Amino acid sequence: MPLSVPHLLRVFLLAVCCTLGSAHAAPSAETLARLADDDSDTRIAAIAELGAEGSAQSVALLDALAGEALALTGAGRLVILTDTGALDAATGEAIEPYPDDADPLMVNNRIRNALHSAKAATNIRATDRATRLAAAQLLRDSASELLMPILEPALAVEQDKEIRAILALAVARVNLASSEPAKRILAAQRLGDSSDASVKAMLAALLDTNGNGQFVEPDAEVRAAAKASMQAIERRLAMADLASTAFTGLSLGSILLLAALGLAITYGVMGVINMAHGELLMVGAYATYVVQGLFRTYLPEHVDSYVLAAVPVAFLTAAAVGMLMERTVIRWLYGRPLETLLATWGLSLVLIQTARVIFGPQNVEVANPAWMSGGVSTYADIVLPWNRLVIIGFAIFVLLLVWLMMQKTRLGMFVRAVTQNRAMAGCVGVPTARIDTLAFGIGAGIAGLGGCALSQVANVGPAMGQGYIVDSFMVVVLGGVGQLAGAVTAAMGLGLMTKILEGWAGAVVAKILVLVFIIIFIQKRPQGLFALKGRFVED
Amino acid sequence: MRTPLSVRIFQSLPRTAWLALAIFAAIAWIAIPAAHLLLPEGHALHVSAYTVTLLGKILCYAVVAVAMDLIWGYAGILSLGHGVFFALGGYAFGMYLMRQIGTDGSYGVDLPDFMVFLDWKELPWFWIGSDSFLWALFLVVAVPGLLAFVFGWFAFRSRIKGVYFSIITQALVYATMLLFFRNETGFGGNNGFTDFKRILGYDITSPQMRLVLFGLSAALLIAVLVLGRYLVTSKFGRVLAAIRDAESRVRFIGYQPTQYKLAIWTLSAVLCALAGALYVPQVGIINPSEMSPANSIEIAVWVAVGGRGTLIGGVIGAFIVNLAKSFFTVSFPDYWLFFLGFLFIGVTLFLPDGVVGLWRKLRGRRPAPAESDAPAPSVATKGAKA
Repeated sequence: MPLSVPHLLRVFLLAVCCTLGSAHAAPSAETLARLADDDSDTRIAAIAELGAEGSAQSVALLDALAGEALALTGAGRLVILTDTGALDAATGEAIEPYPDDADPLMVNNRIRNALHSAKAATNIRATDRATRLAAAQLLRDSASELLMPILEPALAVEQDKEIRAILALAVARVNLASSEPAKRILAAQRLGDSSDASVKAMLAALLDTNGNGQFVEPDAEVRAAAKASMQAIERRLAMADLASTAFTGLSLGSILLLAALGLAITYGVMGVINMAHGELLMVGAYATYVVQGLFRTYLPEHVDSYVLAAVPVAFLTAAAVGMLMERTVIRWLYGRPLETLLATWGLSLVLIQTARVIFGPQNVEVANPAWMSGGVSTYADIVLPWNRLVIIGFAIFVLLLVWLMMQKTRLGMFVRAVTQNRAMAGCVGVPTARIDTLAFGIGAGIAGLGGCALSQVANVGPAMGQGYIVDSFMVVVLGGVGQLAGAVTAAMGLGLMTKILEGWAGAVVAKILVLVFIIIFIQKRPQGLFALKGRFVED
Repeated sequence: MRTPLSVRIFQSLPRTAWLALAIFAAIAWIAIPAAHLLLPEGHALHVSAYTVTLLGKILCYAVVAVAMDLIWGYAGILSLGHGVFFALGGYAFGMYLMRQIGTDGSYGVDLPDFMVFLDWKELPWFWIGSDSFLWALFLVVAVPGLLAFVFGWFAFRSRIKGVYFSIITQALVYATMLLFFRNETGFGGNNGFTDFKRILGYDITSPQMRLVLFGLSAALLIAVLVLGRYLVTSKFGRVLAAIRDAESRVRFIGYQPTQYKLAIWTLSAVLCALAGALYVPQVGIINPSEMSPANSIEIAVWVAVGGRGTLIGGVIGAFIVNLAKSFFTVSFPDYWLFFLGFLFIGVTLFLPDGVVGLWRKLRGRRPAPAESDAPAPSVATKGAKA
């Protein structure tokens, strides 16, 4: 059947206008009859009437139609089929006996779209903010002249700032197609407040020329307004892009920092690379998982605070594993750094397999507590997820603790002394062997904290730590050994650089470019960004 | 007058070693082929196709281990990324094998299957000439050799050594693995190359071809052992050992350690690549997982198990670890990682000179001089210089 758009429009507008005045009245029998008509246009008009009217019964009818539960009996009676029986569509009364000959009404795509709009039109009057927000977004995306009678009254009564903005955008979108140039200019200016790429495309379409070299938009003023708005949107989108890249970069940097801090301490003190460092992250993450399980079993009412309890547990577990490793293996390999690489790699294999045996080879599920899910919406539609924000904050907190420990405690002083000159520190009475064990324990504990943080944003599985050893070592190389400032700069720099390059060239190429950068960097600054001052003997 | 090269090579090995190599050659070239082809299946001495392939595979690994021993045992350079050269050699030869499939692939066209799958219409530029056997051999040597040379030049020039160097080689192998996992790179992505049909027109699955490849692997191992022995007993090898033990002193005397290290590093990479090129037709597949960091670090443990700085130790280690691997992964798959992990720890803690060192100790002979990667007195300065 050929569709005439003006005809459709007329039907729809008529329907909407007729019923807007009579809100909250029950749908008439005549409307019901048209709902079951053979002609799709008639049915769409009836659906729009019901949507604009918005009474509880209309909503029930629309829902039934959407769920294909609205049926026509052989006698031409409209019924709603439920799990238990059948209801009369007009009165809502139960029908006995069950009409066996009821045939559900078909819903095609056009009808379905009409249902969505009608649903949004009813929801825009809801009292619940989230429902209204969703409805407003739907109306904005499907904005057309047909919806103006719904949009304008809704905009007039809406109090919420965010929803108002969305509705205003929807109205502006419709007005852009208006026949009055003044309205179009206003609309084009209004659209400049958006930060939506599709709006930008819509404005750009106005500036195009058609086949005859004439502009799609005949009015030069409207074109100027559209161009200005378009540039505003472009600026905003670019800013948003930059901001979200910077944020993900910082969040990656925080995780790198947590992973690298511990490695920097152990490498600084003992000059050995612990290849099982990534597995200490894994230990911390599994400790978090176990604490979560305990809370679910024994303290279900406080389950949201399990993360707080998991932090010290992850630290202590990883520290214990680390000190055990130091006492049993690493201690015996001092002066043989290359063999320490192999032995600690062996340790990492054993730890991975142990985790596999205890917890199974699959990833385990660590849930974000309720207060860490969701995010903060900021400027231009960027949502900063809470869990990543918390991790950035947590990294700062850990950094502060490590700084205090290193600078203000006796242990920290000893650690720094051994890092700078082991022999001399031993001569003046620093118990170097014990400092080694403790420093290793602290480094491992910090890795455990990193694992606890990681469990909130990444998968927890036996092999989760494998990828981190190279990355954390890069941070140590770049930052220089034994320098907190170096570790922070390097971690954040690598995080940002990785994310920026990823956006530009893809994850794999980014990884390779970062590696090449580090190799070139070492050519210039073999001691890292922040080298310890002094002269040292090689070999 | 200088002794001719052939005589010097001959003299670099003791007579017992030549005898052992001759016995090995006789087994690999005569006994095993005869047992595989002539004896019927079910005969007590019959060597099955599986065994030939397994042994051939381990021979390739042994070549890699000897190459690793050359740089680690004699020059003190621990590479945790040697898998990259092995795999590149394999890929270079694999390109030729893929082209040899011709129109016998699943799609019946001249392009390799994975390219048809990606809807590519013609070969990428780096596949040009890959249907030529000689060009493939050239690539096998040139590509890994060039990569090793460039990488080594940058690394040794700025005096990156010790654990720094090890970790950076691991990063290299990891990054290359990621690169090869991408379909767009043009090497079959995840699946790599497989389903090979023939070499030089001969069926790759025939018993004769299997034995030829096996024999070539054995020949390569013998050649590498002899070459390695000649190098480490030459003046060049002595300078390398000196660099291993005290690089700064060698520099002060007036040598340039960079050139020596770069030479042995590149040679080692090329040897690995040759082994990779022989490995691929025998196992019938090459994919990016060959470049996983775990595989590369395992190479180091073969050498550690056998004994560093002995050359033959690498061969022994490769056989022990890989035979154990085939046994464990079939019989006790859950315990293989435990075994391997404790092997890493146990060997470094209790057998610093590996099996060969243990054998020498039992025979009451002095261990080969200075096999640890740093002399003991430097312990005190390690923390400081880092």
